[in-house]
Amino acid sequence: MKAGKHTLQHASGAHMKTSDKEGRLVLSLGGRLDAVSTAAVWDDALAAVRGSRLGEVGVDCTDLEYLDGAGVALLLKLRETVEDERGGSFKIDNLKEELRQILGMVWGCTPPRWTRKEAERRMGLAERVGHYAEDAFKQFKHMVSFVGESVAIICYCLQHPRCVRWKDVWLSVVSVGVDSLSIIMLIGFLMGLIMSFQSAVSLQRFGAEIFVPNMLGLVMFREMGPLVTSILLAARSGSAFAAEIGTMKVNEEVDALVTMGLSPMRFLVAPKVLASLIAVPLMTMFFNFASLVGGALVMLSMDYPLVTFTSRVFRLLGYLDFAGGLFKACVFSLLVAGVGCLRGLETKTGASAVGVSTTSAVVSGIIAIAVADGVFALAFYYLGI
Amino acid sequence: MNEPAITVRNLTCAYGDFLVIDDISFDVQKGEIFVILGGSGCGKSTLLKHMIGLYEPRQGQILIQGDDIVSSHGRKRDEILRRFGVMYQMGALFGSMSLMSNIMLPLEEFTDLPREAMEIIAKSKLSLVGLEDFVYNMPAQLSGGMKKRAAIARAMALDPGILFLDEPSAGLDPITSAELDELIRTLSRSLGITFVIVSHELASIYSVADRVIMLDKRVKKIVAEGDPRELRDHSDNEFVRHFFHRQAEVRFGADMECPETHKEP
Repeated sequence: MKAGKHTLQHASGAHMKTSDKEGRLVLSLGGRLDAVSTAAVWDDALAAVRGSRLGEVGVDCTDLEYLDGAGVALLLKLRETVEDERGGSFKIDNLKEELRQILGMVWGCTPPRWTRKEAERRMGLAERVGHYAEDAFKQFKHMVSFVGESVAIICYCLQHPRCVRWKDVWLSVVSVGVDSLSIIMLIGFLMGLIMSFQSAVSLQRFGAEIFVPNMLGLVMFREMGPLVTSILLAARSGSAFAAEIGTMKVNEEVDALVTMGLSPMRFLVAPKVLASLIAVPLMTMFFNFASLVGGALVMLSMDYPLVTFTSRVFRLLGYLDFAGGLFKACVFSLLVAGVGCLRGLETKTGASAVGVSTTSAVVSGIIAIAVADGVFALAFYYLGI
Repeated sequence: MNEPAITVRNLTCAYGDFLVIDDISFDVQKGEIFVILGGSGCGKSTLLKHMIGLYEPRQGQILIQGDDIVSSHGRKRDEILRRFGVMYQMGALFGSMSLMSNIMLPLEEFTDLPREAMEIIAKSKLSLVGLEDFVYNMPAQLSGGMKKRAAIARAMALDPGILFLDEPSAGLDPITSAELDELIRTLSRSLGITFVIVSHELASIYSVADRVIMLDKRVKKIVAEGDPRELRDHSDNEFVRHFFHRQAEVRFGADMECPETHKEP
């Protein structure tokens, strides 16, 4: 009799022995095959089976005391290795009655098999580009139609003020505008301070720091005020809109509205967009004011009297600049609030979907602001504003 | 003979390419408690969501009191939507409003009643479902069963003739579930409301249902229709019998091979 014996003692509860018996590889498994100990014997058991050239493999379970899902998985894997990879035969011997029942639950079922090719066909580059382009186009179309719909609903609400839920609007105005006042003022003040200071340092070399107020007024009122305010709106409120509506969507509350015959556009979107339209111009004015305070501080520290600063700011700044800035702020706020609500309504199911739409609301809000700002810059240039 | 409350004709529902329900037709009579049942994932809730007009069917007609909800839009559709109330699986109460405001919402939007009248209606609907002590509570402060009852109260705010309930007794303890069944029976008997209920709780099906239809995900069609007790005792469809007798489908059958058979001689 040819008997090559090889014993492996594992640290954990399981131990394994391999032996050749009459042209047959026998794996003797003993101890407890639970999740911890199976992990320890897994590689050795498979290596023993793969390393042997014998076709018949038996597993002797005389000493096996315990078996759970992990142990069953090991036996299934051994069977698969022997029977499918090598075309051999696989047997289990001397398994205790109660353990055999555990094994019996899955032993008879053939595990589902799928090849990677069928399950996830890899798309070619051209195909993927095509899909992306199609998605992007669809999203763009969706966004355009949504913005159109929001404008239409806002016009309708302004024509029929009775159908607006003003209570919701005022609540939103508070959360969008009043609650963000401190951060708006802080950022405005800092931006005014930093921009004046940095440009004053450069301009001082030419003795031209007197022009800082001119620059600050124009930049803040025409450009930075609306831009920064709307970016803050996107970060603070656009995301909040998306999260709120998204959660309502996940909880079927949006469906409930629809089946009540209430349009989510009018009921959820309109109050938020209206609130942003009311709050953002005011926020922009606060931002501009705070930035002028910052600028004034710099000029005062350079020993210019306050009246020099104010008179220079307001001599150069026309009503058109002021109105143009506020108009921009209105358009930006419409875009940001609209996109936030749109992303919320597009939420799919599940908690992670709410996170996705929140992120997407901020990103697309900021992109929308950037694009619109570019369009405004061009339009204002050609209109001579 | 009076016309049915709901008529479904040749309805086919699908998500993208995945066919869920294939060409089914049935009627729901006025005043009856009609239960849609079937195993998990067989399209019960999908069918319900098509019937209330949330999803657009691949093809077919859904007539609510004689008017097609699929092809209608605008004001006509709103008018059809107001003929029924819906209780969603998780209640779907508006989380930012108290129970009272939740129920007053449809009244505020669709009626010109004075505020006092709306408050009285809301309170009486809440006491109808046994929640008179929780009028000013927020939905988050309620238990699952209370939310479902509050959702029924909200669905009834405009006194619709039809109520759709999506799994009213799922996840409730036996007592609450029995109370809910009792409520459904009372409402049906005393107010003549037509109920369409999606459920798979056998006990509650026996206690409330006048008539059931059963869907099977393998054939994607109705496999049984009629009185649940009748179906339990006399159906010749194996799946239906298994369902009503709570029997497992054969999974570990003849092909279950115990390793014992490999025992060495």
